[in-house]
Amino acid sequence: MTTTPASPAEAERLGPVLASASVTDTDVVEPELHPAGRRRRRERPRWWLYIVLTLGLIAMIMPFVWMILGSFKSDAEIRQNPTGFLPQDPTVENYETLFGRLDFTTFFVNSLVVAVFVTLGNIVFCSMIGYALAKLQFRGKKLLFGLVLGTLMVPGVVTFVPLFVLTANLGLVNSYPGLILPFLISPLGVFLMRQFMLSLPDELIEAARIDGASEWRIFLRVIMPMCGPAVATLTILTFLGSWNNFLWPLVVATKEDMYTLPVALALYSVSQNAAKYGLMMAGAVVVVLPILLVFVFLQRYFVQGIALTGIK
Amino acid sequence: MTALASPAAPPRRPAPRVRSSRRERRMTRTAWLFAAPFVILFLVFMAGPIVGSFLMSFTDMTTRDLQTPFQVNIVGFDNYVRLFQDPRFLRSLLNTFTFVVVAVPLTIGLALAVALALDKGIRRFRTVYRVGYYAPVVTSIVAIAIVWRFILQPDGLLNGFLAVFGIQGPDWLQSPSWALPSLIMMAVWRNIGTIMVIFLAALQGVPREHHEAAMVDGANAWQRFWNITIPAMRPAILFSTVITGIGFLQFFEEPYVMTQGGPLDATLSTAMYTYDQFGFGNYAYASAASYVLFLAIVVLSLIQFRLISRKD
Repeated sequence: MTTTPASPAEAERLGPVLASASVTDTDVVEPELHPAGRRRRRERPRWWLYIVLTLGLIAMIMPFVWMILGSFKSDAEIRQNPTGFLPQDPTVENYETLFGRLDFTTFFVNSLVVAVFVTLGNIVFCSMIGYALAKLQFRGKKLLFGLVLGTLMVPGVVTFVPLFVLTANLGLVNSYPGLILPFLISPLGVFLMRQFMLSLPDELIEAARIDGASEWRIFLRVIMPMCGPAVATLTILTFLGSWNNFLWPLVVATKEDMYTLPVALALYSVSQNAAKYGLMMAGAVVVVLPILLVFVFLQRYFVQGIALTGIK
Repeated sequence: MTALASPAAPPRRPAPRVRSSRRERRMTRTAWLFAAPFVILFLVFMAGPIVGSFLMSFTDMTTRDLQTPFQVNIVGFDNYVRLFQDPRFLRSLLNTFTFVVVAVPLTIGLALAVALALDKGIRRFRTVYRVGYYAPVVTSIVAIAIVWRFILQPDGLLNGFLAVFGIQGPDWLQSPSWALPSLIMMAVWRNIGTIMVIFLAALQGVPREHHEAAMVDGANAWQRFWNITIPAMRPAILFSTVITGIGFLQFFEEPYVMTQGGPLDATLSTAMYTYDQFGFGNYAYASAASYVLFLAIVVLSLIQFRLISRKD
């Protein structure tokens, strides 16, 4: 295959890790066989693993560093020294063009509005159905849950054509509702909320019922206050998904004032602006940096979210 | 309220049954009220379009029929027949499968290596490594694809790096044989983090007792890795293969931004082909293409789910 050449670089970089994976246990495993030592790390850390992992880490974050530094360079400088790192003569001219002439403020606001409403919708609707699926007995429950799970596998590319026909006929092309409505719910959100609510004790609900609380009251006053972690995870994942969403906004936002950030960036990057490295880098920074900053501070929850939805 | 209303009256048989069925019906009604907003949005914006796309694929719908989607002609399997006679579509399938077949094992292998190294090999700075390796996951593919496009320029960062070792790198994205490998490299870079996190969570579940017992029996590191760690992680590995496979089959943003499917269709993916046909106004034909992709996803998932359940 012509594709294998891509791997040598990767394989060379991380090959040793791969090899080490199998050998990590060898001689290091000193006989700490007492039951008490079970939770203790049996391995002695090795300096060369740090080196390999650090090289990998540099490869992972280098594009970000280069992107941020590149966004402060002038076109002339980039043309002269395309592989340079530190800007010789830092300039914010790219950002001025971006927010001035190219109106990235509008796209930023569009992305933000869409992401906020999509996230709110998911929290409300997925929690509600999650409660029904986790804690209420009713006819059709299994079928409903099966249907929702089934759609998890359906890729966006399958639905976008009829969805566009529908949106066009509703007159929602190039509108916030057109961008938002199809994403107000998500099967993954239902799954996440249901799984979390299943773990909450039934006794609390029973007690509230005996006290005469209605199901709505139980939902709002008993269940939701306990769902903090699940709601946090759902918020992060949904906001992230919406912020980075590309195919549907590309299809439904055809007028410039309705572009979201990724759409604007993608369309500019294949237009005459394509050659303007610095400008495109600055655009990428505007799309990526807010999420990246949030991620660095909340990384524990991001990771939990993936682990939670990943393996239940 | 109803829970308290169980009267102390002599228990005649039919009575409780009637009451409980009325309560059941009430419960069903309440539950469906909780589910209603989701269900309505689900039917209109997910289930509807999924079915719609399927039906559409048997018609000759184009842009002309946008306002009157129910007055199209039924053409049976014509679209599907046409698809499989279209060398561009077949090329797109081949590209997509090549991408999946090469990128999935690379992603899983490297993620496993990193996860093992992080779990056992080192003690300090784990969070730093975890954050770094995970960072590409949270960022917009569009923005990242633009940065990578510059990195992969003939005089870009990657070739600059290779030049240090005296290697003359190719024009990655403009070379028909290097373009797809380039995109694979980028996709692997971006997806290692997700899978690594899932593996880190799974590694927590590998029983230490088994390792200790095996050590007592004199098993070496490789034997323990192969006979204990890997079997314990099999569900996580298969699960990751499924979700990575599903994700990679929908491969769209990278070719859209970086290569436009070129050069010479070398990176044209099926999702990209579908989007192109939609852009040309061939709605029905695009739907058929998307259903072929969907079918591939379903088949892949079923095979892998079967593998999972067989091992259990």
